[in-house]
Amino acid sequence: MNSAALVTMVLAQGIVIALTLYFFYKVLTTPPTQEPDSFSENDEETIRKND
Amino acid sequence: MTAKVESWGSRVGLILAMAGNAVGLGNFLRFPVQAVQNGGGAFIIPYLVCFLLMGIPLLFVEWSMGRFGGKSGHHSTPFILDSMDKRKFWKYIGVFGIFTNLAVAAYYCYLESWTLSWVWHSISRTFAGQSQEEVAGFFNSYVGLEMPVETIFFWILCLLLNTWILSKGLGGIEKVAKIGMPLLILFGVILAVRGVTLGTSGASDVFPNANAWDGLNFLWTPQFDSLANPKVWLAAAGQIFFTLSVGMGTIHCYAAYLKERDDVALNAVSAGFMNEFVEVVLGSLIVIPIAAGYLGLDWVIQNAGFGMAFQTMPYLFEQWGGVLAILAGVFWFGLLFFAGITSSLAMGTPWMGFMSDEFGWSKNKGAWSFGALALIMGLPTVIFYNQGVFDQYDYWAGTVSLVVFAFLETVLFSYIFGINRGWEEINKGADIKLPKFFKYVILIITPLLLGAVLVTSIPDWANQIQNNDTRNKEWFADNYFAENFEGSGKMSGKVVEVKSDYVKFEFENERKKFDKVSNQVLVEKFNDTKEYKFDANLNQEVIVKVGDVIKPGDAIAKGDFTNNTLYKFIGRMLLLTLFVFISVIVYVAYKKRVKEGRATL
Repeated sequence: MNSAALVTMVLAQGIVIALTLYFFYKVLTTPPTQEPDSFSENDEETIRKND
Repeated sequence: MTAKVESWGSRVGLILAMAGNAVGLGNFLRFPVQAVQNGGGAFIIPYLVCFLLMGIPLLFVEWSMGRFGGKSGHHSTPFILDSMDKRKFWKYIGVFGIFTNLAVAAYYCYLESWTLSWVWHSISRTFAGQSQEEVAGFFNSYVGLEMPVETIFFWILCLLLNTWILSKGLGGIEKVAKIGMPLLILFGVILAVRGVTLGTSGASDVFPNANAWDGLNFLWTPQFDSLANPKVWLAAAGQIFFTLSVGMGTIHCYAAYLKERDDVALNAVSAGFMNEFVEVVLGSLIVIPIAAGYLGLDWVIQNAGFGMAFQTMPYLFEQWGGVLAILAGVFWFGLLFFAGITSSLAMGTPWMGFMSDEFGWSKNKGAWSFGALALIMGLPTVIFYNQGVFDQYDYWAGTVSLVVFAFLETVLFSYIFGINRGWEEINKGADIKLPKFFKYVILIITPLLLGAVLVTSIPDWANQIQNNDTRNKEWFADNYFAENFEGSGKMSGKVVEVKSDYVKFEFENERKKFDKVSNQVLVEKFNDTKEYKFDANLNQEVIVKVGDVIKPGDAIAKGDFTNNTLYKFIGRMLLLTLFVFISVIVYVAYKKRVKEGRATL
């Protein structure tokens, strides 16, 4: 590969990989919101629906 | 009646499902082709700028609109939009958010079924020993229904699979995303490593100059002069728009199952960047370098397109021989299958959510009715694929509808719902602090960029409706006219071979070549050919003779002709009928709400 192409590829892909990992890391390490949240299969809340 | 509120099992599951919704075949096929056609490495600059100024803001808008609507028990766009303004017409704009998904699912499931079928053919070594033309011919036979049982079997299987998973609700979708996305990334990484390390080992007697690094050079060498070209910026905006699955209504629907204090800001950028990883990193390292590694860069420049996935890649994998060929085929088509099914599952949820919210339909009933609609709407795309019905669906539902809806929802969010309320919604419960810069981007830049994409595409709508892509505009005709020989329609063709039902033309055409010394794409002229085959059973007979010089639009055959314009018109009418059908259901739902005292505002 020529150096211009290599630099462009490494820069572009490096930025995308770094930000993807950073945001995913934030998702994994951010403490869950206090209940009620949406991610618990334990939510037993029910809503009324009109027949 | 009481019903348990559906919810996502985990945050990671939601993000993978959202990323799976966005990641599709375009990540691996459309992005690299757009890049090579729009300035190579320089394309990444407008591409990333558009991601920042249009992609991420639209994700914020759609995630927060979905969560806002979900708070009032709305899980699809008609009543999500309705809840954001007192004017009654918004619910009919929201019809786009169900229509697009049903119409796209109708042809997308067919496309998805090809990937399943090609996995099977890779394992059974159908392509072993075949030339590239034979592999391409196999695809044409497949979609031409020359093996109808197999084609229909895989299509129905795919529809049933989607329907069955959808009938399990969000839990089923989440499980598929948790399995499918990691496998997709794993398969993609394996193929990308092969793409990067292939080098010149794929060169052959037929393509002695084949070199995978030429493909990467071509894809990534920046041609900075292209940055001054508005068309390149529009292409970048279009690619960002279509890759993120915005403007469909699926993001709203998934986000509607969040609660009021759940984060949307971090979730949206995480899912968005996961899509970018698959596109910019994996998408650029598979098709182009592997094809250039075996067929040479000039072949890639002349043939790069969507068809490479099914017509070229199996041939390339066969060059690896034996078990490696099987594995590569399974990885590639498996990857495309996971990319496809995580998207098609998302397309089922707006319809299911709407029917559940408004008419109390169960998941099972919603899923099977979605499957039935996809079957009915999809049947013409399967039977009349070669007549252009598939492409009509893709154009009107998969392209135009998205841009129109995204533009209107952005106007609603920024100017009617109000940017201050909107910004508050986006930041509610946010796990990251967003720069205020995005508030002004959503208010000004995003609608402007979307407006530009919308306005520049309007002339093409007119061309499509007026059938300006063909010289055979009548539905039924007694003569068949020569189509354009090349893009401009200015060149004439010389008849070089004639039978009563066959004619071959020769004409001067242009093709692109990559000059390794200057790193520039050059244009060269060459003698091209074009063939027409006619059907003697329909009294079709060629009326030109060897040596005749024919212009586009000149009659070349007589007989009974039914032109593709008829099938394209039927395709458009089917889509219109679907839109009206959903609008009527929304109207009935609204009347029901009024009667029950549940109508909003």
